[in-house]
Amino acid sequence: MRAMLMRTCLSDVMAPSVWRATRTVLERAGVEVSVPRRQTCCGQPGWSSGHPDQARRVARTALAAFAGDDPVVVPSGSCAAMVRHGYPELFAGQPEEEAALAMAGRTREFTQFLAEHGLDTGARGSGSATYHDSCHMLRLLGERESGRAALRAVEGVELREMEATDVCCGFGGTFSVNFPEVSGRLGEEKARHAAATGADELIACDLSCLMHIAGRARRTGVPLRVRHIAEVLAG
Amino acid sequence: MSGRRPVVYSDTTAPLRERTREALADDALAANLRAAGASWGAARTRISAENPFAEMRARAREIRRGDIGDLPELLARLEERVTAAGGVVTRAADADAACRYITDLAAARGATLVAKSKSMATEEIKLNEAIEESGLRVVETDLGEWILQLAGQHPSHIVAPAVHLNKEQVRQVLMAESGWELPTDREALVAHARTRLREVFASADIGISGVNFGVAETGTICVVENEGNARLVTALPRIHVAVMGMERVVRDWDEAAHILQILPMAAIGDDAAGYVNLITGPRAPGEADGPEELHLVILDGGRSALLGTDLEEALDCIRCGACLYSCPMWRSVGGQAYGSPYSGPIGSVLTPLLEGMEGERSSELPFMSSLCGSCHDACPVGIPLHDLLVRVRARVTTTAHRRDRARFRLWSRAWSNPAAYRLSVAMARIGLRLAGRRGWARRLPGPGAEWTSQRDLPTRWPPTPPR
Ligand code: SF4
Repeated sequence: MRAMLMRTCLSDVMAPSVWRATRTVLERAGVEVSVPRRQTCCGQPGWSSGHPDQARRVARTALAAFAGDDPVVVPSGSCAAMVRHGYPELFAGQPEEEAALAMAGRTREFTQFLAEHGLDTGARGSGSATYHDSCHMLRLLGERESGRAALRAVEGVELREMEATDVCCGFGGTFSVNFPEVSGRLGEEKARHAAATGADELIACDLSCLMHIAGRARRTGVPLRVRHIAEVLAG
Repeated sequence: MSGRRPVVYSDTTAPLRERTREALADDALAANLRAAGASWGAARTRISAENPFAEMRARAREIRRGDIGDLPELLARLEERVTAAGGVVTRAADADAACRYITDLAAARGATLVAKSKSMATEEIKLNEAIEESGLRVVETDLGEWILQLAGQHPSHIVAPAVHLNKEQVRQVLMAESGWELPTDREALVAHARTRLREVFASADIGISGVNFGVAETGTICVVENEGNARLVTALPRIHVAVMGMERVVRDWDEAAHILQILPMAAIGDDAAGYVNLITGPRAPGEADGPEELHLVILDGGRSALLGTDLEEALDCIRCGACLYSCPMWRSVGGQAYGSPYSGPIGSVLTPLLEGMEGERSSELPFMSSLCGSCHDACPVGIPLHDLLVRVRARVTTTAHRRDRARFRLWSRAWSNPAAYRLSVAMARIGLRLAGRRGWARRLPGPGAEWTSQRDLPTRWPPTPPR
């Protein structure tokens, strides 16, 4: 099986280890992975900030970079939701509409892709982890299971649920800098819930939430380690 | 009366972010909101488990989509049937027209005292101000609304207007009003309020209510409530004026029955509301009670402009307040910080639409959301509020947004070019390395400053674990 990997701009800037780990896991599971060189960003920052024209311009580069029939795999529920949920609206009535719908149809968040194809990651680990439901994964993709299933499949790792898993961590893209105080309050609550499980690590399918929760935890003195799920699966 | 009445409150002069900061610093508020959100959440979870909520929601969505699709026709039918039942219907294009109709009516009938039951539409048009300006006295008879009227505050929730206050705060307000020392238990405070309000019901010339929905089939006005005060307001005074947003109409009793069922489930997590008042026309000859005159004011106030647009679904709203309780932002800062009668997710969509996109203050609202989508999950009529928020954001025309657009133009120019993208990523990574000390940045310059105002930034990934 073949797949194209969307690295995501956030992973490019903040954590290349995340997209590399994603590639490693997919390859170990027998997927032939290509990483299109001409990819940039899915366009979500512009779209959700109310600048659809600018977002479309950036999203067009994604349509071009990920042309073809192979599935597109993204280590982010939020970027996957942008393509699957946002592109149909962003490109409605545009010349690229058909291409956008096609890309939306074959794009999957990383753990969804694993689950859909029953891929075995053969991952091992130790200790305990708690899982954060990122909102776009949970509500826009309607996915509550695939991330947890991937974690449960890691031999030696115990999954512990935290309180209020379905409540937003307060990141919200530009919201985090437009209303930093509200965002910070929610991030702190999330960090405290995660820490209260006593789990060794907080794991999520979205780097953005983790960056925010970890940063807020550190600022408010909550002891918390975080990792992206791909890093856990890559071992 | 001059000019259009703004939807946002006149004291909303400070930017929204400043108002959220004030709200976050209020510990009593945080406790009150936490308690309210938790009790709603528990009731809502219970009721959703006991009922086929998902199917009911799908049906409710279908009903509301259909009603709004046929709105002009349904309104015409409602008007015809209300008139046939002996009521007087008036269409008000805007807040001023609606207020003027009511104050003129009051003057023509020589009224001096107006009793009101809870109504968001009258909050929206700032009817109390208009009535007081015309020299009459108006008293809110919903307990929460009355407390707010006494305290000089705005409602913080569509259904539970004083939910941001606790019992002790309420007691202080009521003691200040009466000059009496009041006991601390809830029952006694409610009993006290009842006594104070009874004289109002007895002597009011006009009763003003809102409308949960009008049933086009029979010209019936439904007013749903939990205290019984709306029953008195609509029945005892000589004249009943009902103020209705033009979208609050349903086709027939089949639809009405379904909405009547799902509304309290969503709003309070109960399968029935305390009181459902069904009003068809004024008192008919031979009837024992009811007002002599019934006036129905149908308010446009910017609504018709949404018909046929990709924002039309905002009109499906049945004002249950569930999206407010479900919203992490609303639960953090409360409704008062929004500065609009409509707070929470639906308020952030509706306020700029009704007020006009040029409103600096109201146009900040759609940005105070992380687009987490819990509002959509909570909404009994399935309005995709997170999508509407994005669409409204795109229409905002404030100076801040124009500046933002200029920034995003630069962004799109760079990031639509793979080479420029790679260059900017490389530069950002160098910047990160320079900013980090042992894997973390505590204070960033420029655009990163707001990030580090609240959090550290991990400059290595996975972040260096805490010591
Ligand atoms: S938008 Fe939906 S959840 Fe919010 S008040 Fe309206 S009907 Fe209720």
